Amino acid sequence: MDALFLQILLLADSTVRLATPLVLAALAGLFAERSGVVDIGLEGKMLGAAFAAAATAAVTGSAWLGLGAGIVSAVFLALVHGFACITHRGNQVVSGMALNIMVAGLGPTLAEAWFQQGGRTPLLGDDARFEPIVLPFANELRNVPILGPIYFELISNHNILVYVTVAAVPVVAWVVYRTRFGLRLRAVGENPSAVDTAGISVTWMRYKALLVTGLLCGIAGTYLSIAHNASFIRDMTAGKGYLALAALIFGKWRPVPAMLACLLFAFTDAVQVRLQGTPLPLVGTVPTQAIQALPYLLTVLLLAGFVGRAIAPKAIGEPYVKER
Amino acid sequence: MAARGELPGWVNLGLLPLLNLAAAFLVSGLIVVILGENPLEAVRLLLVGAFGFEEAIGYTLFYATSFIFTGLAVAVAFHCGLFNIGGEGQAYVGGLGVTLVGLYLGWLPWLVVVPLAILCAALFGGFWAFIPGWLQARRGSHIVITTIMFNFLAAALMTYLLVNVLIAPGQQIPESDTLPATAWLPQLHDLLGALGIETSPSPLNLSFVFALICCLLVWLFIWQTRWGYALRVVGKNEAAAVYGGISPARQIMLAMAISGALAGFVALNMVMGAQHRLTLDFTGGFGFVGIAVALMGRNHPVGIILAALLFGALYQGGSELSFDMPKLSRDLVVVIQGLVILFAGALEHMFRPHLEALFARPAPGEAVA
Repeated sequence: MDALFLQILLLADSTVRLATPLVLAALAGLFAERSGVVDIGLEGKMLGAAFAAAATAAVTGSAWLGLGAGIVSAVFLALVHGFACITHRGNQVVSGMALNIMVAGLGPTLAEAWFQQGGRTPLLGDDARFEPIVLPFANELRNVPILGPIYFELISNHNILVYVTVAAVPVVAWVVYRTRFGLRLRAVGENPSAVDTAGISVTWMRYKALLVTGLLCGIAGTYLSIAHNASFIRDMTAGKGYLALAALIFGKWRPVPAMLACLLFAFTDAVQVRLQGTPLPLVGTVPTQAIQALPYLLTVLLLAGFVGRAIAPKAIGEPYVKER
Repeated sequence: MAARGELPGWVNLGLLPLLNLAAAFLVSGLIVVILGENPLEAVRLLLVGAFGFEEAIGYTLFYATSFIFTGLAVAVAFHCGLFNIGGEGQAYVGGLGVTLVGLYLGWLPWLVVVPLAILCAALFGGFWAFIPGWLQARRGSHIVITTIMFNFLAAALMTYLLVNVLIAPGQQIPESDTLPATAWLPQLHDLLGALGIETSPSPLNLSFVFALICCLLVWLFIWQTRWGYALRVVGKNEAAAVYGGISPARQIMLAMAISGALAGFVALNMVMGAQHRLTLDFTGGFGFVGIAVALMGRNHPVGIILAALLFGALYQGGSELSFDMPKLSRDLVVVIQGLVILFAGALEHMFRPHLEALFARPAPGEAVA
């Protein structure tokens, strides 16, 4: 009984660790897409931030400077995306794809040129990373039945970026649904000409949304390279940006459902790692690839309207042309 | 709204792409400078590495072959107003078709196996693109997202098959058995050797010729048949298509199936022409290069051949370059590829207004001031 309980707790714990970058990236995508800008470049922004954070932390030995560099690089990429799609009304999907490919090459190129370790950054020491934080009384309460282990294993002992993410979900929900910025953000993605008529700049609104996207992607990428891992490695996002995009669609472009979708996807990943070919009751051995493919399959089915219906912001993907 | 003048053809098809390319190379050059190397020397080494000797030319054309296929795939979908990002997955699944023919029907004579393999590459790749096409046409799901998801689904499916089903008996590496020689496409140095012309060996094979034939077929299809016309009408204006009695749904599914079939042909070059077995990730990002190639080549077969040559040279020259300048790793080519997509695709409108101001002819019917 106790062993099973601990197993469940550990599974929940790794779900949280795996979900963190997904949630951050999905929230990042939420701002871009709610403002009417398609962002398949979440992957590239995360990867760029992961490299910048790891490289900076390796050189300076400071995790916080790493976080700063990660955010700056992701914001820069978001602004390039904005420059192409908002200012020059370019194809948003092409722009996102271009940035993803560029960053996938640039990270290893710079890492190889600067650190000569085969396209990765040097392994970071503990003080150059975001270390797990032991919450007050975690060790003392460890032996309290049920609640003690939950507090110790699941709630305590995460790095600060995990707690930031936990806080980010309600904050984003509040910003999107309860503030003037949020109202305008949603309006600009649904009906930009109405927003324009009200005397608000569509261009500036969308740029602001992309700045937030960059900020959140920056934190997500930083988490990957200097909190969850200890260096940047080639393609370390491994499709997480696209998975976050899928979660965003799965959550119908809303913060809390998107977070739940991220948790679901992270849970399947955690289960997959733990199972590794162990047979399950009733179904037998499930191939790991089948579990890996599940989030993508679910998203396809959802988009096709076989499970629920996902309706995108109305003006998404369309550059806004101001009437003259 | 002021009538926009039209750009002369040579500006639209020649100067504008070159300007975009120049911008992409300029930024790449800056990166080379940041890395502490001389960009002009890098260009020289790259050109020598791509065209300087027989083997290099062979490899350049070998890469270009794959890029022609994926470039055509992206272009056909583009003409129907669809952005097919799934070339990578379609090529991968096309490899499954080729391998199955080779492994299970390889006892047939070469003249039967090769057409069968071409057919299966087209069927498998086409099928993998047809489903997103069908989902877009009939269920309204967005082609971009679905094709991205299908790339991941293809990767999962192929890994499963390679690890559990197709893996060569007694092997640790997830690779299929070597295909029988009846399922090989002869490499050009062997063919030339048979004619008494000695050339250095390279994986360049007959599929290069097939790629050129595909260019011709795509040109015929898009611009010389009524199906191609219907497809372009849907791409330009769906409402007009419906008004003209064309079913957009059918055209979308057709365009995606053809697009996927073309992407599937990458397997001819890689599996039948070079590796002679199915390997993990044999597509190596070539599906994404197709996006850059189609954008650079203005979705026209001639442009695609030129752009594919450019990227073939970049891939081959880039790997030679990394020997001479270790600071410039092969990944630099991927950066250039991304920059080309950015400048030729997403930022294509950046230079256009300026060129229009310079070169624009007054639109027909408009009084000359």
